[in-house]
Amino acid sequence: MLKFVRKRAVASLISLIGLIVMVFFLSRLTGDPAALFLPVEASAEMKEQFRELHGLNDPLLVQFARYVGDVLTGDFGESLRKARPALDVVLEAFVWTLWLAVITMALVAGAAIVVGSLAAFRAGGFFDRLSSVISLIGASVPDFWVAIVAIVIFSVNLAWLPTSGTGSLLHWILPISVLFIRPFGIIVQVVRGSMIGALSSAYVKTARAKGVKSGPIIFVHALRNAMLPVITVIGDQAASLLNGAVIVETIFGFPGVGKLMIDSILQRDFNVVLAAILVTALAIFLMNLLIDLAYALLDPRIRH
Amino acid sequence: MADHLLEVRNLSVEFHTAMGVVKAVRNISYHLDRGETLAILGESGSGKSVSSSAIMNLIDMPPGRISSGEILLDGVDLLKMPAPERREVNGRRIAMIFQDPLSHLNPVYTVGWQIREALTTHGANAATARAEALRLLTRVGIPDPERALDKYPHEFSGGQRQRVMIAMALALRPDLLIADEPTTALDVTVQAEVLALLEELQQETGMAVLIITHDLGVVAEIADRVVVMEKGELVEAGTVREVYKNPQHPYTKKLIAAAPGKGEMHVPVARSEPVLSVRDVRKRYGAFEALKGVSFDLMPGGTIAVVGESGSGKSTLARILLRLDEPDGGSALWKGRDLFTMSPAELYKLRRDLQMVFQDPTQSLNPRMTVYQLISEAWVIHPDILPKPRWRERVAELLVQVGLAPDHMGRYPHQFSGGQRQRIAIARALALEPQLIICDEAVSALDVSVQAQVIALLDKLRREMGIAFIFIAHDLPVVRDFADHVLVMQKGNVVELGTVREVFEAPRQDYTRTLLAAGLDPDPDVQAVHRAARLQRVS
Repeated sequence: MLKFVRKRAVASLISLIGLIVMVFFLSRLTGDPAALFLPVEASAEMKEQFRELHGLNDPLLVQFARYVGDVLTGDFGESLRKARPALDVVLEAFVWTLWLAVITMALVAGAAIVVGSLAAFRAGGFFDRLSSVISLIGASVPDFWVAIVAIVIFSVNLAWLPTSGTGSLLHWILPISVLFIRPFGIIVQVVRGSMIGALSSAYVKTARAKGVKSGPIIFVHALRNAMLPVITVIGDQAASLLNGAVIVETIFGFPGVGKLMIDSILQRDFNVVLAAILVTALAIFLMNLLIDLAYALLDPRIRH
Repeated sequence: MADHLLEVRNLSVEFHTAMGVVKAVRNISYHLDRGETLAILGESGSGKSVSSSAIMNLIDMPPGRISSGEILLDGVDLLKMPAPERREVNGRRIAMIFQDPLSHLNPVYTVGWQIREALTTHGANAATARAEALRLLTRVGIPDPERALDKYPHEFSGGQRQRVMIAMALALRPDLLIADEPTTALDVTVQAEVLALLEELQQETGMAVLIITHDLGVVAEIADRVVVMEKGELVEAGTVREVYKNPQHPYTKKLIAAAPGKGEMHVPVARSEPVLSVRDVRKRYGAFEALKGVSFDLMPGGTIAVVGESGSGKSTLARILLRLDEPDGGSALWKGRDLFTMSPAELYKLRRDLQMVFQDPTQSLNPRMTVYQLISEAWVIHPDILPKPRWRERVAELLVQVGLAPDHMGRYPHQFSGGQRQRIAIARALALEPQLIICDEAVSALDVSVQAQVIALLDKLRREMGIAFIFIAHDLPVVRDFADHVLVMQKGNVVELGTVREVFEAPRQDYTRTLLAAGLDPDPDVQAVHRAARLQRVS
């Protein structure tokens, strides 16, 4: 078990190093930082001064080593627009996104597992067909459209909920609901498919021969076996939320990392963009490690 | 009070499928008393498992439907019982064990948990259940039962898993145990142990046992009475001795005649230059030594059977000879050239001489290819064998040769029965005109009557085309009918190597004798003698 986790952690670490290398060199590929950071009308001397100040005249490998050293010490430089360390700005926004993602995914996973399992139990029945239609719609509708329609109905017409921003629990309802829809639709389908397989398995037959009731057969015997593919997809969906649900965060004026990234790109605040990429990447690597752990906990055959 | 513990009356079960209604069981009746063992004997598709699934309420409805009949347990019709009451019967009064214990045990829970669940489901408290689970595992002979409780199914051997299943089934001392092919997937020696355990437990508890099997040997060993099923109908019933000695129905006669192990034994082909000469083959996987030096010679047109229990290394040997796996040492001279040192290019040319037929034709044939594509694929890979315009004609010939019809070539594998699929696999192997075919348990999954036909086919190919065979099998009677030499393996070692007559009539090694003694004879009288001898040896 420990060996398995260590192996996965090492693999994640290697990918993370790869990412750091890529982020650095790709950011250099986008052109001369001096030209990007400084206003268009800046003079040649100003640019030269800027390069000298930031060590951009040094050989590329020296710059890379300095960059790696900075990253390891958590120093991503200053945010150009906010005059604060870039990392602080990112972490502040990331906490909002993390909460949004965790709450949404917890609700999605709980609901999708129950609905998908019950649909699979009587596959082809009324509940199955109903849930199929709903989940297919959920997986297909574009979330920005749902977000706008939801604002029109619940905030503008009914005036039940705030249109955007933060400040109270009510502010969370619309972003969570909108972000809920698509992963719910996808995960219901995955749970259903995986559960149909598990419910027709030989060990479920044994449980029926033992006289086990339907509830435990579905949620104890079949579900745990059916969870592996489900967890993979949950991780995948959670990753896209952690990346920052850019559009939904922007529409609802939600101060998460997605909105921060878009704003920073528009404002050419590159230190913040680089910090945001690494922070979200690190979060996704950690989450993948959690998923591997969950695999091992759920299936003893992986543990051994 | 009812006369019998279990009485099935005029039971009919049908399945509504896209292809129409399939009548799986038609109007069958049988009964069973306490302390008695009834065998339901039949081949695949006979409906023998469906009728027991009906007793256990395991048929999915729809598509299944019980169209008529009653199933009386102590006079009460199970089919008319309300669902909660019906569920209480399962596990408490009737329990069941299955053919493949690995897939029938839940892989993600410990065996202790699964046995306890059988008890707690029917109202036992956790502490009682724990104590009882330990007692049951001890009783069925699991070593170190205390620790075994916390292990998962994949950590046990096949025989131990079936013991766990038995422990779980007997947790609540049911009146009736249904055993659906309980020993089919097990080695002969393990089969004998498991059947003996079932008999002991039956004597202890006085339960009735309904055993479903395709194996006349199992019937002879364990059953008091037998009913024979064919295509959903019950064609014969009686005591085991009556039915074996004096079968009335043509199907029963055919089944008994098809039982392997009664034919003339082969006389080995004359010694000549061996076509394959294997010397001191070794293979290890980590710390596990799978092959500890295997040597033998195979003559052209000869048949060597490799027998042994699971884990003896017989399949590893086959894989290594075909270089599907790399050996750690030794040599295998094929017409004087060492297979193990050949370059991939040489090996590629040689592949056509060495072909393999696998155990499970359902898995070894690509389901999305027609029979024509499956067989002619070999010529796509080796285009020099046959020009394309002649493919169709040659496929037709091959199909006829293996006992199928030319118009079968447009069909897909799922449209054939298991035996027919194995014939397709053989036709595919023949397409390259091989000189050696390695059969890895090639007939094990087939019904007895089909098995006999496939063996006859292989024998014909051997005689007419001079093909040599390496025949890997665990079923000794089949080996006796087909092989001329037998190589007995145990834990990677060759225990005994001799002609079929030497090995079967005068085995030199204890291990060979144990294997032979564990085999079950279809004749109940012969089997009774075997059993007495075995019991004597044990005591």
